Amino acid sequence: MTPQRLAELLQSRYGALVSAPTEFRGEVTVRVADAEQMPEVCAYAKKLGCDFLLDITSVDNYGEDPRWMIVYELYGLEHRCHLRLKADVSEAKSELPSVTGVWRTANWHEREIYDLMGIRFRGHPDLRRILMWEGYPHFPLRKDFPLAGKPTDVPDVAFTNASPMEGGPFVTTPGGKDAIEREPRAKELEG
Amino acid sequence: MRTATEIGYNTKVEGDVVVTRLDAALNWCRQNSLWPMPMGLACCAIELMATGASRFDISRFGAEVMRFSPRQSDVMVVAGTVTYKMATAVKRIYDQMAEPKYVIAMGACASTGGMYRSYAVLQGVDRILPVDVYVAGCPPRPEALLDALIKLQKKVAREPVLATLKKAAA
Repeated sequence: MTPQRLAELLQSRYGALVSAPTEFRGEVTVRVADAEQMPEVCAYAKKLGCDFLLDITSVDNYGEDPRWMIVYELYGLEHRCHLRLKADVSEAKSELPSVTGVWRTANWHEREIYDLMGIRFRGHPDLRRILMWEGYPHFPLRKDFPLAGKPTDVPDVAFTNASPMEGGPFVTTPGGKDAIEREPRAKELEG
Repeated sequence: MRTATEIGYNTKVEGDVVVTRLDAALNWCRQNSLWPMPMGLACCAIELMATGASRFDISRFGAEVMRFSPRQSDVMVVAGTVTYKMATAVKRIYDQMAEPKYVIAMGACASTGGMYRSYAVLQGVDRILPVDVYVAGCPPRPEALLDALIKLQKKVAREPVLATLKKAAA
């Protein structure tokens, strides 16, 4: 069983819903056209041997539509193949069904995505914030949220203030010829 | 009002009797038995543990036991990143400590927020607690933490104990 074979089996079962596999440096990615059908696709992938959900994460394509892309990293302990599933969700909807019925570990991954990006998961047993606190009003990992943070206050729980940026975040410039060139310098954030 | 009284003792003159001021004696007792309350939040806590271990023995200086109860400790060592989520808990534990209490902000994150200038990290524990000694480093060497403890001991030695007590009673 190779990752390509895994992706082809998935595609042969679901046809137009699952795209042809793309490969990059030995990693196989498959796009799922409709995020609503994700639990079915995942259940079949689990039947094919992908019994280990490594990660669920989300990408914010700020300015594009659909804005969100959810990425599922799958792995099989028997056949030892990785597979990546990607699904798009539009900002207007910002919701898709949960895969906690397939892998129980998706519980905390989806809570983290809800906490930091604001994407809801229908059918999740306990969808609440996991890193920030209950009552925190913003979604910090969105691209329109500033790195320094915004002042908030939930009495008796937590407060936040905007951190002083002192001329921008200090970012390294990779690929310089020596350490002095690569040194972190103040860089203005766009937007 | 600052007192800088040393305990002067000359065996040939005094013999077995030590004459000193009460301030100096009380401060000597307090400075040499500062029991830390380790608020170990992140990587600096590992260096705090290393300072407590045998090579850099912190108990040489009287910080014998790391009392994890605020009621039984004297100095809170904030070792690690204080996130906004944890900040209310740190303040609460500090409030539960009995006077006289001191705070050592260990490491860059506890002093100023460190490398985390972000939405989730409190930019320095001195925004919620009064800090006595700051230790630079990421993480600071155990020797640096011991240096901070010695500086704190010197600060405790200068405290006008009786004057404060009398003021509180009045």
